[in-house]
Amino acid sequence: MYAFEYHRPASLKEAASLAGQAEDAKFLAGGHTLLPTMKLRLAGPANLIDLGQIAELRGIERSGDTITIGAMMKHAEVASSAEVKQAIPALAEMAELIGDPHVRNRGTIGGSIANNDPSADYPAACLALNATIITNQRKIAADDFFQGIFTTALEEGEIITQVSFKVPSQAAYAKFRNPASRYALVGVFVAKHADRVRVAVTGAGSNGVFRAAEMEQALSGSFTSEALNGVSVSEDEMNSDIHADSAYRSHLVGVMARRAVQEAAARG
Amino acid sequence: MTATGIGAPVRRKEDQRFVTGQGRYVDDFNRPGQAYAYFLRSPHAHAAIRSIDTGPAMIMPGVIAVFTGDDLAADKIGGLICGWMIHSKDGSPMKAGPHPALAQGKVRYVGDHLAVVIAETLAQAKDAAEAIVVDYDVLPAVVDTAQATKTPVQVHDVSPDNTVFNWHLGNKDETEAAFARAKHVTKIDLVNNRLVPNPIEPRAAVGEYDFGTDNYTLYTTSQNPHVARLVLSAFIGVAPEHKLRVIAPDVGGGFGSKIFIYAEETVCVWAAKKVKRPVKWTSDRSEAFLSDAHGRDHVTHAEMATDENGKIIGLRVHTTANLGAYLSTFSSSVPTYLYAPLLSGQYDIPAIYCEVDGVYTNTAPVDAYRGAGRPEATFVVERLVEKTARELGQNPAEFRRRNYITQFPHATPVIMTYDTGDYAASLDKALEIADYKNFEQRKQESARRGKLRGIGFSSYIEACGIAPSQAVGSLGAGVGLWESAEVRVNPTGSVEVLTGSHSHGQGHETTFAQLVSDRLGIPIDQVSIVHGDTDKVQFGMGTYGSRSGAVGMSAIAKAIDKVIAKGKKVAAHVLEASEGDIEFKDGRFGVAGTDRSMAFGEIALQAYIAHKFSGQDLEPGLKEGAFYDPTNFTFPAGVHICEVEIDPDTGVTKIERWTAVDDFGVIINPMIVEGQVHGGIAQGVGQALLEGAVYDQSGQLITASFNDYCMPRAIDLPSFQVGMTVTPCPSNPLGIKGCGEAGAIAAPPAVINAITDALGHEDIAMPATPQAVWRAAQKARMPMAAE
Ligand SMILES: Cc1cc2nc3c(=O)[nH]c(=O)nc-3n(C[C@H](O)[C@H](O)[C@H](O)COP(=O)(O)OP(=O)(O)OC[C@H]3O[C@@H](n4cnc5c(N)ncnc54)[C@H](O)[C@@H]3O)c2cc1C
Repeated sequence: MYAFEYHRPASLKEAASLAGQAEDAKFLAGGHTLLPTMKLRLAGPANLIDLGQIAELRGIERSGDTITIGAMMKHAEVASSAEVKQAIPALAEMAELIGDPHVRNRGTIGGSIANNDPSADYPAACLALNATIITNQRKIAADDFFQGIFTTALEEGEIITQVSFKVPSQAAYAKFRNPASRYALVGVFVAKHADRVRVAVTGAGSNGVFRAAEMEQALSGSFTSEALNGVSVSEDEMNSDIHADSAYRSHLVGVMARRAVQEAAARG
Repeated sequence: MTATGIGAPVRRKEDQRFVTGQGRYVDDFNRPGQAYAYFLRSPHAHAAIRSIDTGPAMIMPGVIAVFTGDDLAADKIGGLICGWMIHSKDGSPMKAGPHPALAQGKVRYVGDHLAVVIAETLAQAKDAAEAIVVDYDVLPAVVDTAQATKTPVQVHDVSPDNTVFNWHLGNKDETEAAFARAKHVTKIDLVNNRLVPNPIEPRAAVGEYDFGTDNYTLYTTSQNPHVARLVLSAFIGVAPEHKLRVIAPDVGGGFGSKIFIYAEETVCVWAAKKVKRPVKWTSDRSEAFLSDAHGRDHVTHAEMATDENGKIIGLRVHTTANLGAYLSTFSSSVPTYLYAPLLSGQYDIPAIYCEVDGVYTNTAPVDAYRGAGRPEATFVVERLVEKTARELGQNPAEFRRRNYITQFPHATPVIMTYDTGDYAASLDKALEIADYKNFEQRKQESARRGKLRGIGFSSYIEACGIAPSQAVGSLGAGVGLWESAEVRVNPTGSVEVLTGSHSHGQGHETTFAQLVSDRLGIPIDQVSIVHGDTDKVQFGMGTYGSRSGAVGMSAIAKAIDKVIAKGKKVAAHVLEASEGDIEFKDGRFGVAGTDRSMAFGEIALQAYIAHKFSGQDLEPGLKEGAFYDPTNFTFPAGVHICEVEIDPDTGVTKIERWTAVDDFGVIINPMIVEGQVHGGIAQGVGQALLEGAVYDQSGQLITASFNDYCMPRAIDLPSFQVGMTVTPCPSNPLGIKGCGEAGAIAAPPAVINAITDALGHEDIAMPATPQAVWRAAQKARMPMAAE
């Protein structure tokens, strides 16, 4: 790790103004991505702005057909939240599938979304649940937010404050874990909304999280796993690495999508 | 059996401190004035070093010194050594390239040591290392085991085609004759995947030099501190042996990787004198991945010949063994004498011939890793036996039984003489525990759920209790492999045992104390075990090869016998009887045929106060030492049965049942033995399903962190069903065979045999990842379409 200045603002405003002044600054949330990168000296920000003391970034709230989660909420908090479990059980289950207990008790929803790791789980939930990413400056539709691996619509110094998810009528997340890292080798989030079905795929795409249009179309017609017969995602758009090549990933997307639909349907 | 004697499941004495965080590991030692070392490592797999400019680093804050290979050479510090000479078929010695602790002229793998920075803090040392300017001439690299001799890339000048040795063992002509008359020949191609050892505690070293006494001290994560001292003094020349104290305190696992003498510890001792400060180095996990000696990495073609009665009549094996970029301390012995002599397995095979080509590549050195050679041999034999049985349409268990060795001693064609065993007894017990007779029913039940169920056997044998010194000497070992012990009885009757064995997870503080408790009739809390310090223990060969029970404890038993003999002399004086009438039983010295007796502790006190005998008749005190040199290897053996269920849609393999029936001879502590079996199986399952070190073609280690290198987790394993059979080992006084490596040896073929059984398809490599299994399942489903 290189030396850095550590800041701990007490309010969102203070955090934003620090970010405006401090050179080469990074926000610190759970630190589960940022700190390992710093320890390996792959990142060396001069200033770290810890978001941990900011009350505005906490909380979970249901209002009408949306559920809104503060950016600094930990995965374990989302997984165990009564509101989330009641409104979108699939989201709580997804949070419970992240990493291991250490990770779930440090990592945050805001950090995960800001980071947009191509194997992270939350980005799939955001797309499938038609989420809105709320920052200290604006509201961004999830469809516009994720812009390729480790790339988002966030501007320099912009802070995610909340994420609000649309409550679907049925949803489920099926994850095939990378056996080593436990991130998603392939994760498929399906959600049936009043107007249409959304299917989001993480872990698999060579350009990060994406919506599987053909699957959405098929499932919007009939929300059954059979509807997915003959529908697949193209191998050409799949990532390939030592754990899984593109053919296997493309196959797994189909398997996980079917399993997710079955589970969502079973939930009723 | 007493409550704390041999055979009792005594709780581990050492666990109190380990589980409460009171263990004391090398990194816990901080010496006054200590400075920190950081090694600049090569980012290239293969490069000529045009120049190293340490100047910019020297002026960085906190920097005390920066050294390169030239500085070591100027001080006449020798290179690291390989302590086992292997001769090729043509009689020529193996081709050992130079192995300087800090590179000279060339770097040969990613992680190779270029320079060391010593600074006030670790962060400063790291900062300064980044400032060192190295001008590399990057060369093409060779990483692939099978390609090593077929490339223009040359790792060492001494070996133009990267061959270290072309070695062989067995009876070639008889083997060819057996194949000529065979009814059936089964062939197999196998890769034994490269593994990273990953003990929970990474390596560490603190070097210290005392200008007053000219004494050096090295705290190091070692499985064998005396061997480290011997090598550092006699071969590398860092310090004279009598001036160097090596301390290996609590060590958090080794699995072989801490046997070897590495560059970092060498440099720490040497640099401590140069900079006049204690110097500490602690590996981080990334460094461990890159520079701990890796394990396995064989490519093998093997063939098994059977006659018309389904009897195995011949085995021939050709193996290419990747030794990495340099020959690590015992590397050359692993794919040779620790490998080929086990190729007879549990079977009566009259003709065996094995050729092994050791090769250099631009990868981390490869050396002993839990099982060392024996897992590789077992994988060959047990995969081939399974495949043969399938090709002959025979039940794999019964095919094995028909070919088991039943008469002992049994001399194999590959220089081993098995002393004792009852392989069929282990098989019967394993079949029973595994509920083999209902397997078909379970298979059908799985099929109804769309799952594929398979069962796999592994009838493994290993050679442990390493090893008779004369025998290993004749095979090229640079050292003897006996063990030493000293039993010191205090005036109060408590006992300290000084042992040359080293515990780094095995529980010696408990099992060794159980032996003393058993023999001397004293409670185990009256016994302490002292190990891991060359100033306290005179000499020892350390712990590896499941040798601490069979060899280390035998030395203790021998010393205890001497203590009892001396005690009898003391008792004869005190009890006023003739020495021949003194008996020692249940912790008391008594006069035969009388009720006169004294407790062990009372006699100990008498030995020290020496009031009841004259110094002319008897020396005061009660302390005895012994060296024990085994007369043969020991041969633990057993049967493991693995039952898997595969999800053909995803390729996920779930281990449903695991049965392990092992014959370890006499067991000192069944709880600790079970723990060793569990850990071994976990490691073996890791190799079979999850672990594999992967280098890309340029020589970068892709699996250089736990993000990509998958270690087994509890959730990957079922609850193990462990059973034992016992044939006491006839060649040592305790009847012990050893248990430390069995699981890691037995497990991989059991898993792969189960998967291939489930798939009906033989071609699957380790690790059998979901992707690999899914692909094999596809092929098995559609044999035509896949071609
Ligand atoms: C061993 C391990 C296993 C894991 N497994 C999984 C898994 O299975 N699935 C999964 O999805 N994830 C996994 N993760 C990732 C983890 O769950 C976190 O989601 C991730 O580390 C990011 O969240 P964080 O709170 O730790 O963010 P940090 O590491 O603190 O920050 C990450 C990045 O986001 C920025 N940032 C953080 N918060 C904000 C904000 N509010 N506004 C703007 N920018 C912000 C930071 O500046 C930084 O650039 C794993 C991590 C580890 C270490």
